[in-house]
Amino acid sequence: MQIHDTPQLKAEARNLNFYYGEAKALKNINMPIYDKKVTALIGPSGCGKSTYLRSFNRMHDLYPGNRYEGEIRFFPDNTNLLSPDVDPIEVRMRIGMVFQKPNPFPKTIYENVAYGLRVRGETNKRALDDKVEQALRGGAIWDEVKDRLHELATNLSGGQQQRLCIARALATDPELLLFDEPTSALDPIATGAIEELVHELKKRVTILIVTHNMQQAARVSDYTAYMYLGEMIEFGKTDQIFIKPSDKRTEDYITGRMG
Amino acid sequence: MNETQHLSSQFDEELNRLRTHVLQMGGLVETQISLAIEAYSTAEISSIKSIIDADRKVNDLEKAIDDDCAHIIAKRQPTASDLRLVLGISKIVTDLERAGDEAKKIAKGVRRIYESGQMPMQYGVGVRHLAEAALALIRQSLDAFVRLDVELARNVIQADSEVDTEFKSIIRQLITHMMEDPRTITTSIEIISIARAIERIGDHAKNLSEQVVFVAEGRDIRHSKESAA
Repeated sequence: MQIHDTPQLKAEARNLNFYYGEAKALKNINMPIYDKKVTALIGPSGCGKSTYLRSFNRMHDLYPGNRYEGEIRFFPDNTNLLSPDVDPIEVRMRIGMVFQKPNPFPKTIYENVAYGLRVRGETNKRALDDKVEQALRGGAIWDEVKDRLHELATNLSGGQQQRLCIARALATDPELLLFDEPTSALDPIATGAIEELVHELKKRVTILIVTHNMQQAARVSDYTAYMYLGEMIEFGKTDQIFIKPSDKRTEDYITGRMG
Repeated sequence: MNETQHLSSQFDEELNRLRTHVLQMGGLVETQISLAIEAYSTAEISSIKSIIDADRKVNDLEKAIDDDCAHIIAKRQPTASDLRLVLGISKIVTDLERAGDEAKKIAKGVRRIYESGQMPMQYGVGVRHLAEAALALIRQSLDAFVRLDVELARNVIQADSEVDTEFKSIIRQLITHMMEDPRTITTSIEIISIARAIERIGDHAKNLSEQVVFVAEGRDIRHSKESAA
């Protein structure tokens, strides 16, 4: 099926290089991220897809010796996310992240979601309640937890914890959500629920997802980028990548001809 | 075709087996057609039973290959060239099976004509030529499939329109015969349906070639300018 609309840019990597000390992990990445679309990053382990994903919310800043070159432009304001003038905390308000293993805070379900809002300075109980409910609904977990909001989040099942983490990320109304292999620790049913949720979420937020599961990339994404050894080998519409990739290396990877 | 091996050698084997079965089926259909032509030109109707029997084998192969395709899709979730190969094969076998059916129709028509003892010799030449052209198209389209030769596939698509033109001219001739001598009507009608079956074999070769282009290049050229050429 063809996607006929020309999507807006939400973000764009321009000549992006990244170094872990001396090791160059990303090599001159140029790639658009389209607004309210799901973009999947695929590639073998160590190809740089997680490194690339983490550059968006400045996760690498936490370790000394890491170095960026180039830009990640974020729209509509055309901010360069990597600029030293940009506050990583501000960036993370606009760009949420969900990790491979669900990582709820050892607090109540309610507090997990309210946390980001409190950091942002929200103190009004009523407003917090509303926002928490909204975010939990957005994470498709409200019905399961509405009667036990003040129980420990760590008592939830893995799949529920992951949806709680998505709700937590949604609480601050991010514009972009980063998913780093969000279902690799989940069973197929919980995975299905997250994939369904991704499909719902893209109505209001842009999503960038790293996945090792190629079928998942094919199922959930509108665009797919294949990365290998720190390079972006091919970027295109998911349908095109999975039916007729242009690059032999992409073809070999997605057909299982290389590890 | 992507010649690099899969990490799973079993998957490679499954795909190879699929290709081999398609060629086996293609071989059977080619034989059916060529025996039917022979029977038509030589009045040698002893082979007709074997043409009809072969059809059962062709049908069985069609089902077996489709079943294998379903298994590969379920087990391997093929993508890119593998996906196109499996999808293409599942369409190709449909056309091969139908081409086999047409050969069977020809054989039965030939039997009716010779059993009724009415075969004006002068009708033979044009139909034989048409049948040889259609058979060549089936052969070439199978060759194109084996080598994923898009150039050859395109030639088949073009040549099919020549078969169509030749078919029309045979029909015109037969209509003239029927008008001149109404006693030939019964036979002429049989020959028309034989010629029609041959023309359809050409169409199936064309469809097959269109699938070859899809498998090789990922472009669906059915019902496009390229296939109208």
